[in-house]
Amino acid sequence: MKKHISSKAPDLARRRFIVGSAAAGGGLALGFHLPFAISPAAAQSVAAGSSEVNAWVVIKPDDTCVIRIARSEMGQGTLTGLAQLVAEELECDWSKVTTETITPGQNLARKRVWGDVSTGGSRGIRSSQDYVRRGGAIARMMLLQAAADEWNVPVVEVTVSNSVITHAASARTTTYGKVAAAAARLPAPDAKTIKLKDPKTWKIAGKPMRRLDTAAKLNGSKVYAIDLKLPGMLHAAIKACPVFGGKLSSFDQAKVARMPGVRHVVRVNDAAVAVVADTWWRAKSALEVLPIVWDEGPNASSTSAKIAAHLQEGLTAKEAYAFRNEGDALTAIAGAAKKVEAVYSTPFLAHATMEPMNCTVKITADKAEAWVPTQNAEGSLAALSETSGLPLAQCEVYRHDLGGGFGRRGSKQDFVTVAAAIAKQIPGVPIKLVWSREEDMQHDFYRPISQCKLSAGLDESGNLVGLHMRMSGQSINAFVNPASMVSGKDDRQLQGYSAAPGDAQLGYSIPNLLIEYAMRNTHVPVGAWRGVNTNQNGLYMECFMEEVARASGKDSLEFRRALMGKYPKHLAVLNAAAEKGNWGKPLPPGVHRGIAQFMGYGSYSAAVAEVSVSNKGDVKVHRMVLACNSGHVVNPDQIAAQVEGSVVMGLSATLYGECTVDKGRIVENNFHNYPLLKLADMPKVETVIVPTYDFWGGIGEPTICVVAPSVLNAIHAAIGRPVRSLPLKNVKLV
Amino acid sequence: MARLNINGSTHNVNAEPDTPLLWVLREQVGLTGTKYGCGVAQCGACSVHINGEVRRSCSMRLRDIKPADKIVTIEGLSATSSHPVQKAWAELDVPQCGYCQSGQIMAAAALLAKKPKPTDADIDKAMTNICRCGTYQRIRAAVHAAAGTVKVGSDAASGNDPYTVKA
Repeated sequence: MKKHISSKAPDLARRRFIVGSAAAGGGLALGFHLPFAISPAAAQSVAAGSSEVNAWVVIKPDDTCVIRIARSEMGQGTLTGLAQLVAEELECDWSKVTTETITPGQNLARKRVWGDVSTGGSRGIRSSQDYVRRGGAIARMMLLQAAADEWNVPVVEVTVSNSVITHAASARTTTYGKVAAAAARLPAPDAKTIKLKDPKTWKIAGKPMRRLDTAAKLNGSKVYAIDLKLPGMLHAAIKACPVFGGKLSSFDQAKVARMPGVRHVVRVNDAAVAVVADTWWRAKSALEVLPIVWDEGPNASSTSAKIAAHLQEGLTAKEAYAFRNEGDALTAIAGAAKKVEAVYSTPFLAHATMEPMNCTVKITADKAEAWVPTQNAEGSLAALSETSGLPLAQCEVYRHDLGGGFGRRGSKQDFVTVAAAIAKQIPGVPIKLVWSREEDMQHDFYRPISQCKLSAGLDESGNLVGLHMRMSGQSINAFVNPASMVSGKDDRQLQGYSAAPGDAQLGYSIPNLLIEYAMRNTHVPVGAWRGVNTNQNGLYMECFMEEVARASGKDSLEFRRALMGKYPKHLAVLNAAAEKGNWGKPLPPGVHRGIAQFMGYGSYSAAVAEVSVSNKGDVKVHRMVLACNSGHVVNPDQIAAQVEGSVVMGLSATLYGECTVDKGRIVENNFHNYPLLKLADMPKVETVIVPTYDFWGGIGEPTICVVAPSVLNAIHAAIGRPVRSLPLKNVKLV
Repeated sequence: MARLNINGSTHNVNAEPDTPLLWVLREQVGLTGTKYGCGVAQCGACSVHINGEVRRSCSMRLRDIKPADKIVTIEGLSATSSHPVQKAWAELDVPQCGYCQSGQIMAAAALLAKKPKPTDADIDKAMTNICRCGTYQRIRAAVHAAAGTVKVGSDAASGNDPYTVKA
């Protein structure tokens, strides 16, 4: 279904696209201030058979609607959801919808007519829904106008359903395919004046439509970037200094120069070396025996124990950033009838996308091109331009759908930078760089490590009078831009604890509240990992809330509810999970429930987990009910898929996930020592969608943050004491 | 030069004898539906059938494959994506990113060839491939659907309760 402009006969497809956009320049000159400038490109492509009605919609004579997708598809279903939103307003025949990926070079050339192409923070649908729906609506209005013009009737007398336009009074019909060429020549109506449909009347959006991109994933025909074949292409394998911050001193290429297929051995910037050969396997085989001398630098003495001690110091350090300071928490707790205290910790985690990092780059004297699975194609373009030394206008990036992203392929485009650094040394030859799994796992941007010290006070009646949280851990923002975070005032680290509504609000009223952050950075690179800080923060808050609820003698659900009166959306989702999860009802012997709620990415999430712990200490998660409110629902089946996936990723982290540091490097290097959940351990997942239709929240990330705490709270119920550190494989439960 | 029987055709390949079958398939024969995930037989993304058995091709060397061995890759499972497993996968929209799904489908097809009506325990034992997106619930349901033991959309036996929308 999906057409890859970039990978399928790239040169030809690109030329066609460039023709369209070069012509678009004229249109943009007339009206590029309009969000959806109609361009004479359409007139150009009529000859080729299809008509670009506007930037989002191309229609072929056979009524095929090609919907352009600007965001990256990495499994989260954004491609199908965005197409549903355009198609809904377009009123086209859904069975004739296909999609097409745009390139960042063309987006820049057309004054970013497709808006933001980066895909992270669960923003794919929520932050583009308005303009893609307007794009569909504008195209519909132009198509109807073209039919009305042809029939010489007022446009208000013309209706459309499933791409068929009707003038009832004269009993005439036509189709989108027949009027598209004329429509493409019409001026576009002002996007701002368009009234979008009430979501309650949606027929395509809001429905559990099948994904548009499944067929090629079932027979091996889908071309991921790692599968790309280009004429004359060579293959590169890379090894970077195992110690972060270390440098490449030297390597002895004579030792591998005569190995089969080896063509080049090259230095990659100052910290890595690559072997380039006629196949990847030969490149990797040579790299494995290449003698390399590293200058590991001062970080080579770092260990997990040293990092833990560094963070531990932050838990009681005098200086910290007070993110929330309401009332007087320390005094309230000091004077409380009952006190609860705990220290929690979570480790570094690798993304481990199933498709290892890879990028293919070809650089000539006047052109740089990259074929890459990326969450941020404009970031890829920038990295390519910077490394190749060629201006943006002479660079292009062909985005392939990703074999997993989870944040790894977003803010950092290191795979583009290193591939370009290799290709620059071998001009004119396409170089496909593929990281081995070991290289991928040991050179990630890890979910940051943190610890949290919590204390709470309860009054005589078991009411929460004060809460103090002191987080100590590594800041992603400080890693990305150290200068911006010298003060350690990093609100992103406190994700989910905000007082402000809308994005990641704490759903509890606590009379005396102090939430602090002590920034303690390490030499390990860190980055966004599905759910980012809501993972750790949800766990700290919700597991401790369980401890406090138990100390109060109240039911865990009732204790929370009493604090949530001012947060009706948080509460409604918690109630939905509790109801579907049979909270308070009997369970089979040995099975226990845990509950949690938290907010991130503009959406509300809650979970109930049913868990048993064997007399050997083995954990079995039987069933998980997750409730979520993302405001609107574009595709409920894809929401369920994301919820199911978030349970798997959350459980992998809970049960096994841990990257440890020894001699300055990450120890875990493949799935034998970084295990992930398998099918046999998959609980039954039930998704309850509780939409309120009054906002647009995300879906890819929000629900993961309630997985670990609901499971840990069920374990607390099972063994009668809290578990305060992850992963569970390191914790003796009985 | 080694001779291989892949998807019913004979291929002569020129690779070092210790080259993993995975890389022979991907780089010599050009069949890229079989994926590299770990290289150490942990993830199963490289699963193919050899004489009807599911095998992890990343950990089989070219020298260990005999010319008479019948290798089937995802591309050769069916000509038109019509294998019951492929149909069930489409019906239940199993894939997310899709990268591991060639291997998952090959593992499921091998299971069903041996056990046409697998139990959940059979599925647990046979389906050990890693999916980072977390499609396991749908994989289980799709294996049952392909076996014809449950009707697609029926939640009772599949363990895949439909989601609920509470407006």
